[in-house]
Amino acid sequence: MIEIRDVRKSYGDATVVQGVNLTLPRGGVTAIIGPNGAGKSTLLTMIGRLLPMTSGQILVDGMDVTHAASNALARRLSILRQDNHIAARLTVRDLVAFGRYPHSHGRLTREDGVHVARALEFLGLTHLANRFLDELSGGQRQRAHVAMVVCQDTDYILLDEPLNNLDMKHAVGMMQLMRRMADDLGKTIVVVLHDINFASCYADHIVAMRDGRVIRKGAPAAIMTADAMRAIYDIDMHIEEIGGDRIGVFYRQPARD
Amino acid sequence: MPADLTASPGSGRSGGLILLALLVIALFACTAFMTVGVTGGWAFVLQLRAVKLAALLLVGCAIALATVLFQTVSGNRILTPSIMGFDALYILIQTSAVFAIGASGLNLVDKRLLFLGQAALMTAFAALLYRWLFTGAVRSLHLLLLAGVVLGMLFRSVSNILQRMIDPNEFVVLQDRFFASFNTVDTTLLGIAAVIIALAAIAIWRMRATLDVLGLGRDAAIALGVPYKRTTMTVLLLVAALTSTSTALVGPVAFFGLLVANMAYALIPSHRHALTLPAAALIAVICLVGGQTVLERVFAFNTALAIIVEFLGGIVFLFMLVRGAVR
Repeated sequence: MIEIRDVRKSYGDATVVQGVNLTLPRGGVTAIIGPNGAGKSTLLTMIGRLLPMTSGQILVDGMDVTHAASNALARRLSILRQDNHIAARLTVRDLVAFGRYPHSHGRLTREDGVHVARALEFLGLTHLANRFLDELSGGQRQRAHVAMVVCQDTDYILLDEPLNNLDMKHAVGMMQLMRRMADDLGKTIVVVLHDINFASCYADHIVAMRDGRVIRKGAPAAIMTADAMRAIYDIDMHIEEIGGDRIGVFYRQPARD
Repeated sequence: MPADLTASPGSGRSGGLILLALLVIALFACTAFMTVGVTGGWAFVLQLRAVKLAALLLVGCAIALATVLFQTVSGNRILTPSIMGFDALYILIQTSAVFAIGASGLNLVDKRLLFLGQAALMTAFAALLYRWLFTGAVRSLHLLLLAGVVLGMLFRSVSNILQRMIDPNEFVVLQDRFFASFNTVDTTLLGIAAVIIALAAIAIWRMRATLDVLGLGRDAAIALGVPYKRTTMTVLLLVAALTSTSTALVGPVAFFGLLVANMAYALIPSHRHALTLPAAALIAVICLVGGQTVLERVFAFNTALAIIVEFLGGIVFLFMLVRGAVR
């Protein structure tokens, strides 16, 4: 369980997250949605202790992310951000093996090797294992980073806009992967998404943010309403149920002044 | 069950082979340095050369280790401690000491003690000054580079002013210290420099796996559980200690570290510091000892090594900037 207690983040006068109180349940896929500048990524990076909070407290299974030993936390929670440039020249296998660092501190055991192979397999990267990262396409590189996170084998996995730069096929693949991680491996996935329909189809819970606050939360069916969408995104959305999923259509908006 | 459990198959082994080859070349260079052109008085010549060789080995290792560490922490392959003004800071501290106490006063103090004091001061200052640059506050590499150049210029200018204000006799003493070169190594400090570099090397070797993770960048390192602030601080302290030592021995060398670090990255097919660090150190030793041998014995030049090394290093630096290897 991730407990977020009155968390605030400000840069000078600008407050980007204003007193968020939220409990994210264990298990399943939780999608954080909202317009640009709503504070979604900021909140996620604070949970992943990559960014210090101005005030408040975040507990992951009772461990305070600000004060807990970084290494202990790294065996419980992993986070992947959008931009992952690496200066060194690494193969896919090297990168994935880094996921074992919190467990083995650089001395790979036989068991670590099994984890690496399993993560590569899980992401369909086994045949690319010895390729260098800079020889891969954007989508493959993205998957390699996700494989490292899988290899880290933590209960909680935080992903910041993992669909960025992915085409439709790979975006669907990534969402299916999150489902499999949650369903088959029992992981808790928290993911920042921009595509509301992906959130609707794949998430168990949706948390909607706007202007640094959580304004709605609940199951996709409760969030995917024209009312809620207007409150969150300030646009008119036509919601239609297609094959059991609620899909929002918003591509044409009435002209505004 | 996967057959291969190591990081990447082959890269470890071929990296090891390359290290071995570098070691052989380095040993060859050292032997040549000691023996080529000895005429009469073997005992005398060997002793003279051994001291010089020791200095070259120490300086090579210090600069190579400091540069690779610094580049890992700053997440790029173009910045070096000297480009960021570390050695200019050391010179400023030395100048300030002479300015405040006077050369005659300083001469009363044991030279080694003085060096230790200055190195400690330098380490503390560097840690304070450069900490904010590498804990994520500055994201743009160009900004970092600019900050480094400006800081270096500031330190040099302040040193210049101080040097102009002191007694000309004291200035001569100072100048004698700064213009130490690969040829006129300050030998009184060799013992203490060896101890510092050995201690630093042990500390670095013990944190080699953590250094590999740091190479992934700040976010990934934290996500993988590296105590980031503490670790970068430790690395910066080590870099400062190594840079003070090499600057005290031979004076400032701007581009040599860049040259050897990038040669090591190019030669070693691995990101692992267990391979790149020794490779960089060996390449540094080969360049210094080999270069000195060739210049002194073959061409009978005397002071040109530093100039040639800086010339080549400068070209590499420009080439990397132009090619856009900055990211």
